[in-house]
Amino acid sequence: MAVVAARGSRLRGLRYAAERRGVLATLLISPSVLLIGALVGVPLVLAVYLSFTDATAGSLTGKWIGLANFRTEWHDSIFRGALWHTFLLTVISQAIVIVCAGLIAHALVRNFRGRWILRFFVLLPWAAPIALTVTGWYWIFGAGIPEASVLNWFLVHLHLESTANPTNWLGTPRAAMGSIIAVQAWRTIPFATVIFLAGISSIPQEVDDAAAIDGATGLKKFWYVSLPLQLPIALVAVLFGVIFTATDMIVPYVLTNGGPFNSTQMLTTWAFQIGIVSGNVGQGASIALFLLPLLAVVTIGMLVFARKAEVT
Amino acid sequence: MRVWRQRTFPYAIVVPFAVLLAFPFAWMAITSLKANTDVYNPTKTWSFHPTLASYGFLLHHTGYLRWLKNSSIVGLLVVVITLAVALPAGYALARLAGRVGRSLGVAIFLTYLVPPTLLFLPLSRVVAQYLHLSDRLWSLVVIYPSFTIPFAVWLLMGFFKAIPQELEDAALIDGCSRFGALVRIVFPISVPGILTVVIFTFSLVINEFVYAITFISSATNRTLAVGVPTDLIRGDEYNWPGIMAAILVVSVPLALVYNLFLNRFIAGFTGGAFR
Repeated sequence: MAVVAARGSRLRGLRYAAERRGVLATLLISPSVLLIGALVGVPLVLAVYLSFTDATAGSLTGKWIGLANFRTEWHDSIFRGALWHTFLLTVISQAIVIVCAGLIAHALVRNFRGRWILRFFVLLPWAAPIALTVTGWYWIFGAGIPEASVLNWFLVHLHLESTANPTNWLGTPRAAMGSIIAVQAWRTIPFATVIFLAGISSIPQEVDDAAAIDGATGLKKFWYVSLPLQLPIALVAVLFGVIFTATDMIVPYVLTNGGPFNSTQMLTTWAFQIGIVSGNVGQGASIALFLLPLLAVVTIGMLVFARKAEVT
Repeated sequence: MRVWRQRTFPYAIVVPFAVLLAFPFAWMAITSLKANTDVYNPTKTWSFHPTLASYGFLLHHTGYLRWLKNSSIVGLLVVVITLAVALPAGYALARLAGRVGRSLGVAIFLTYLVPPTLLFLPLSRVVAQYLHLSDRLWSLVVIYPSFTIPFAVWLLMGFFKAIPQELEDAALIDGCSRFGALVRIVFPISVPGILTVVIFTFSLVINEFVYAITFISSATNRTLAVGVPTDLIRGDEYNWPGIMAAILVVSVPLALVYNLFLNRFIAGFTGGAFR
């Protein structure tokens, strides 16, 4: 009898504890935190560790060799190229994205006939799986046969180039880099548009009304009222775009795989080439590690933004 | 004049962009209807005899259906794992933990930004040496939650924040336990939000490329995202109409569903941060 009572009270105690906010919250949140720690935290630490070793395929340890991997890279022109290409790709494609997405979002926020279908078309590049659509782009660029590229068909018929000498989009260094930038912008524009749209619609109607009463219209209103209010959310879109672009491997891998002559080699494709294809895991990890500073900058940007959003 | 300008402004901007952004899909659709012998012929760029042969080729002579099945299985399993872990966390972060919860929410979300291209090398060794899952679909099921859980927790946190606390308080007063209120009141209201998480988690899995190409080596275990650009392109025989068909068959339905849930996605995605 006494035992039953004791067990009952202990059960009640457990239930009571579970009802308390702190305990229950910890119970609900910890699986996520643990899993993320195991699947992101541990590999991240391992990635840093590996980059200081000469680990090769088939082993996770390797010998500690200090900064040797980084020293090798610094004297490697292909690595330097990869760093520079990643930078160019990110900056140019994101500049294009901001301008285009800003324009589209300002037009799409209005109510007009056919808006749904137009928005669907604008969003297609983001909604469709990128590994598949970039394969479509490979074909649009001619898949190595310039005569088969539909882009060249347009250029020839607009008299911008001759049939005898069509552009080999993925086979010449400059055109290949331009193609990758274009595809990367193409697929990020819809995402930025969506975020910009959310930013524009989050401006309360009262602000619009107040601006109208004060006589602000058109460009003036855009410059002094709408733009400052949208800036923080635009920043979020840009930060995301930078991360997605700089750390992406699919587009350069499928289109050129770094070629011709490493002229479109990115940090990601080079890390894959060295780490997986050549099997130098340690060296590959140290190449990918150059993405980390970028990640840190973006993280700080996000945190600053999160604090600002909290204040307002 | 002014009104006319106001009316046409959206079209003047959006229509050219829509054409530009959607053109690749139009070209894929056109190519998929050609005979394989016509694709390299510049005089047949727009005028040709349409045929559905490429779709037949895709289904009968490639690993396409197999990859579709692989992607779907991995997708479903990852969705289940993600919901099981992220639902309670998203709810707790939105409701129970207050200011600490907010910071923790942001921290979890930031882990979503750590890219696969940074983690694939150590993970490839972990998968091979410790988990012994090389070339198994299970390796993807185990690793994919690393990016779906942060993403889902953040979205769910946004959705749960939008449900008024008073609703739960009323249930508590009526004698419901906190857990009971969760199951009987909160989850039923959040079904649309949860469905949104399911859709977007699934689409993240379909999209994933870096892990899939690193961990999986045999053609039968490939997923769609890797099978189409590697096996179909670098195979001996190019069949461009077939490849275009392969892209469209998956992309179009996925894009339609994506669009239906987009507004909810934006609400959840921004709801966690901007309020």
